Amino acid sequence: MDITTHYFDTVVIGSGLAGCRAAIESVNYGTVAVLSKLYPTRSHSTAAQGGIGAALGNEEEDNPEWHTYDTVKGSDFLGDQDAIEIMCYDAIPTIIELEHMGVPFSRTPEGKIAQRRFGGHTRDFGAAPVRRACYSADRTGHAVLFALYEQCQLKGVKFFQEFQVLDIVIENNKVQGVIALNIKNGSIHVFEAKAVIVASGGYGKLFKVTSNAYATTGECLSILFRQGIPLEDMEFFQFHPTGLYGLGILITEGARGEGGVLINGKGERFMERYAPTIKDLAPRDMVSRAILTEIREGRGINGKEYVYLDLRHIDKKILQERLPEITTFCKIYMGIDPSESPIPVVPTAHYAMGGIPTDNDGRVLRDVDGSVVEGLYAAGECACVSVHGANRLGCNSLLDTVVFGRRAGKAVGSVLKSIERGKVKKERIKINIDCIEMIRNNKGKETVASIRKKLQSSMMDKCSVFRTEEGLKELLEEIKILKERYKELTISDKSQIFNTELLEAVELGHMLTLSEVIALSALQRTESRGAHYREDYPERDDENWLKHTFAFLTEKDIEFKYKPVRITRFKLEERKY
Amino acid sequence: MERFYTFKIKRFLPDKTPLIRWDEFRIKLNSMERVLDGLIKIKESIDGTLTFRKSCAHGVCGSCAMKINGKNRLACQTLVKDLTELVEIEPLPSLPVIKDLVVDMTLFFEKNDRVLPYLINDEPPPERERLQLPKEQERILESITCVMCGSCTTSCPIFWADKNYLGPSALLKAYRFLFDSRDRATEQRLEAITGEHGLWRCHSVFNCIEVCPKEIDITKHILKLKRFAVKKGFTGG
Repeated sequence: MDITTHYFDTVVIGSGLAGCRAAIESVNYGTVAVLSKLYPTRSHSTAAQGGIGAALGNEEEDNPEWHTYDTVKGSDFLGDQDAIEIMCYDAIPTIIELEHMGVPFSRTPEGKIAQRRFGGHTRDFGAAPVRRACYSADRTGHAVLFALYEQCQLKGVKFFQEFQVLDIVIENNKVQGVIALNIKNGSIHVFEAKAVIVASGGYGKLFKVTSNAYATTGECLSILFRQGIPLEDMEFFQFHPTGLYGLGILITEGARGEGGVLINGKGERFMERYAPTIKDLAPRDMVSRAILTEIREGRGINGKEYVYLDLRHIDKKILQERLPEITTFCKIYMGIDPSESPIPVVPTAHYAMGGIPTDNDGRVLRDVDGSVVEGLYAAGECACVSVHGANRLGCNSLLDTVVFGRRAGKAVGSVLKSIERGKVKKERIKINIDCIEMIRNNKGKETVASIRKKLQSSMMDKCSVFRTEEGLKELLEEIKILKERYKELTISDKSQIFNTELLEAVELGHMLTLSEVIALSALQRTESRGAHYREDYPERDDENWLKHTFAFLTEKDIEFKYKPVRITRFKLEERKY
Repeated sequence: MERFYTFKIKRFLPDKTPLIRWDEFRIKLNSMERVLDGLIKIKESIDGTLTFRKSCAHGVCGSCAMKINGKNRLACQTLVKDLTELVEIEPLPSLPVIKDLVVDMTLFFEKNDRVLPYLINDEPPPERERLQLPKEQERILESITCVMCGSCTTSCPIFWADKNYLGPSALLKAYRFLFDSRDRATEQRLEAITGEHGLWRCHSVFNCIEVCPKEIDITKHILKLKRFAVKKGFTGG
């Protein structure tokens, strides 16, 4: 077997916004390698559309205090308030820094960064929507990702593209390195390191209908979980209200920020009933539930399972300048011009609030008491700081990636001198090779596609916007069966070269693990909060559930522990908009 | 509405003989489905060895550029209903093939590296953002939408003949920074793009515009670059 060993001070997994931002910071202190299973600019961050939040106050009065409050309330009070405060105050210098790096933000007439309205972002503690989202038309992720990747190139960050991570090696409570497969030729590469920053993104592909890319399968979370690292708040998964019907392709919340409205089959602007103050700009969990409630009660368009997003009244010039990309999507995929026809939309799986627990500097927690794994960091969607709590506000995800990517990179820099170089043992490499070869050569009757399809549709049916004990229990039974079927997996591609069938099989194993964690986490939380809505427990229950869920894999089973929410500034209140 | 399509795909299986062959697959697709959906359907239900790149599936990441019925396009942005019943698919031309529809993009991305593809401005940054007026930004708006899928460069006959030629994609990247009001590396970058295999090699064949999935008028940008280079005293290559 062809094995190459590399050494870098820091290894970053993932080349999206969080990974690139972390790399830019940590390369100030030592050598950095970024591993990505795609070519870096293909990372899913590039698909982010509407904006990145910061209270710059360029278009109207705003301040980070309001941003903090909105984020706390948006999180349904599950977000840790000290972390949220850091994010909202760091937002301003971080966005300015991005601009200096070359991000082509859209501009105000006097040349400042332009800002627009977004869901749940308000002035004066909920009084009315505020212009807080900085944007580059509706290609904000693309604009930021390219600038960050370009800065990485300028600063000498080394990229290993199309490398699939197989293992993140932790021994003696210290990260030792990463084992990866070079997709191009099947060779095994070992990256020994002082520090590893996991920035591997989300896992929307667990669900049948998603805005997420094919690459978002979440294997790095599962790799850590299987080694005893907990996963936090996995029951909270965001469904974006406006996915293109039948496809799940995202239509940015910015469309509503620019004045778009949701309309049901009776022609009613139904959000007025659900959120009288900010209406269509209510947070995503509420809008998604509202849309599906309308559909369930027979008020979909012509009785079908979608509603309309109406942009027809918006000035054509604004559509062209600020929402060109979604206009093109509508034309290409639906054959409609949004300036003339309303857009059929339905909620689509979009964002994971839960993930690898970290402190405010990206250090990965191994328990609820705050103890950490030496040298191991996480940032971005794969991590849970937690700034999003039970529901993330729009344009806070890009912000999270750059604020906490930067902080993780800095934190690594501060310890590099005192930390020892990792060592990956031969036996560990062999286990990974054996595992790959077992999948390659297994002779069963099951295919990746059949198991994956079943998993994705079950997750969609039983673990999406509305959940019940009965449904979740059925789902867990189904996952158990799928795990058995996975053992009977066979693949037809045996080659070493660009074997995507093999990689999909590896990913599927991890998807099954993560799905089980999500379903179990959702089953044990007997309340409704943010994106987690239990029809059998429709109320928020602060007395029993104002706490973070930590799921652990133990020898027996998956077990839960809890961590209190850090409340520093804002008292609990009923969440009304 | 569903109908049958025949996908005729040029295969390249590096560890099989013969190396190259054409395979035909008959599949049923509905009018909303794209060539990428067809390829996935084939991989999932007929031949698991069929290999192609994919990620975002809606035309923003640039992974799935390939030659479809003679034209470079993104498979995720090409609806089958707009094609003939027989869909002929090949990898992007003129780059080494790794396997089936996956080409080695190294050469393509290296060209990009030659144009200093990052904002260069060594002046001390202001406390707030650098101001950029909308009319200043307008000059780069089209160029920043590039997803680097490689469709343009691999459709360019100049590139076919001269693999060292920077090609439309890298020149567009150079444009994106040269015309950014915040960038200060004009001379350096013009130096980098006006050599023997650079800007002057473009003969305005317009293939790049024909294939660009983001509908960028690349040739127009290259012509503006030429005029700018002349104005700055960088003539002939």
